[in-house]
Amino acid sequence: MAYALQQLINGLTLGAMYGLIAIGYTMVYGIIGMINFAHGDIFMVSAFIAVTCFTLLAAADVSSIPLALMFVLVVSMFFTSAYGWAVERVAYRPLRGSTRLAPLISAIGMSIFLQNTVQLTQGARVKPIPPVIEGGIELWQTPDFTVQIGWSQLLIIVTTVVLMVAFTWMITHTAFGRQQRSCEQDRTMAALLGVNVDRTISLTFMLGAALAAVAGVMVTVYYGVVDFFIGFLAGIKAFTAAVLGGIGSLPGAMLGGLLIGLIESFWAAYLWAEYKDVATFGILCLVLMLRPSGLLGRPEVEKV
Amino acid sequence: MMLTMTGVHAHYGHIHALRGIDVEVQAGEIVTLIGANGAGKSTLMMSLFGNPRASAGQIVFDGEDITGLATHEIALRGISLVPEGRRVFPRMTVFENLQMGAGFAAAENFEADLARVFAMFPILDERKMQRAGTLSGGEQQMLAIGRALMSRPKLLLLDEPSLGLAPIYIRRIFQIVRELNRDHGMTILLVEQNANQALKVAHRGYVLQHGGVTLAGSGEELLASPEVRAAYLEGGHG
Repeated sequence: MAYALQQLINGLTLGAMYGLIAIGYTMVYGIIGMINFAHGDIFMVSAFIAVTCFTLLAAADVSSIPLALMFVLVVSMFFTSAYGWAVERVAYRPLRGSTRLAPLISAIGMSIFLQNTVQLTQGARVKPIPPVIEGGIELWQTPDFTVQIGWSQLLIIVTTVVLMVAFTWMITHTAFGRQQRSCEQDRTMAALLGVNVDRTISLTFMLGAALAAVAGVMVTVYYGVVDFFIGFLAGIKAFTAAVLGGIGSLPGAMLGGLLIGLIESFWAAYLWAEYKDVATFGILCLVLMLRPSGLLGRPEVEKV
Repeated sequence: MMLTMTGVHAHYGHIHALRGIDVEVQAGEIVTLIGANGAGKSTLMMSLFGNPRASAGQIVFDGEDITGLATHEIALRGISLVPEGRRVFPRMTVFENLQMGAGFAAAENFEADLARVFAMFPILDERKMQRAGTLSGGEQQMLAIGRALMSRPKLLLLDEPSLGLAPIYIRRIFQIVRELNRDHGMTILLVEQNANQALKVAHRGYVLQHGGVTLAGSGEELLASPEVRAAYLEGGHG
């Protein structure tokens, strides 16, 4: 029981991070109907920006952890959204209006490009940082097991919940959110009403990247190591989360992320830890075969 | 002159859809375009918005050359379109659709404009919080018109507003076109397959055929013209 509770905490933490990345996949799919396979690598870039920031802060002898975290978050979100913007501008916008396959291939190319750039400039080896946040709260002590929630886990879960609430509010209640949704539903009509569709798409990429940046900072804080390849696995798992929740659906991405995090934790704890990725991708296959529209997605209806 | 199209050509893929269109609309007028399916009526309206962009010729709106502007820029100049097939945002509420229509207009006018649209179409007030996709075709048409009016356009374009609607809605639509023009001085460009009704409400009309204007005149003149009668009124379209 205690052990299961611990897995629940671990799973929620993991799920929060997948959820943050999954939002970027689902929003981009919603608005331009493509899977942005470079999104995982955008997340990886943000983790490297975080590592650089933490190293600089350590060198500058900044000792206030909340201050340092705020700084790293802001810097990482800023530069990562610039990456998101640039990727769309360079690799996808010129292909708009061509076949569906073209931007997909371009996305894979972008993903390889980002991985190699980081590998060349930062080196192929794992980059560690000293632990930023240590310790936690002991929730429950049994004779043979102690349930504990780390401060970093608490931080990740709380930040994610706050961000998701704020983000959902923005999409449902602000003028930008309405423009974003109008472009999703009918881009031509949105333009006829004065919506700058290109700008809205750019902003969508930037927002998705900014959320991935939060996940990147969290991963850095939580695991303390990054390398140029972390974007691949995290990206595909977050993509699985988006598909499980229903690609195109914002609450779906959050729910999917949470479920994937939980499934992975419990699978690793009770079954075979070395097969946890197989479990995730097994789910991807099952969802695609049995319920392609996901848990909360709309069934794809052909427009007449 | 509110709108002047001079020698406008446009292509849809490989189709040469507009072949040298000259059309004018004066402030305060209702002008109608009639013609068979595929004559280029809808393309003409969309080409005003640069979609497809005119490959030759010039479009001047309110004294400004808008031929090369982006679609959203043209919309912001004060042209509103009620498109063929209505194109309301199906997964937004009626209220949100109207907010989209008002999008870039002055915020202080919003309440007044909303009240005006609800007075014109009380059904929209009743269904304010309902998703637009769940409305009937006629109600969606009302919403599409209401949405177009929310931005206080200088020129209102209506593309086949009566298409596929029950007779009661068709009557209401033509009544509204007349009211908008008479009571609010709205300038309207109307595309209709219902040539008889359209020519009756319009001050002037153009007949389109194969992407060109073949006939132009006042509503009465066109109604009386033997060619128009033969092609569009007595052939079962009336």
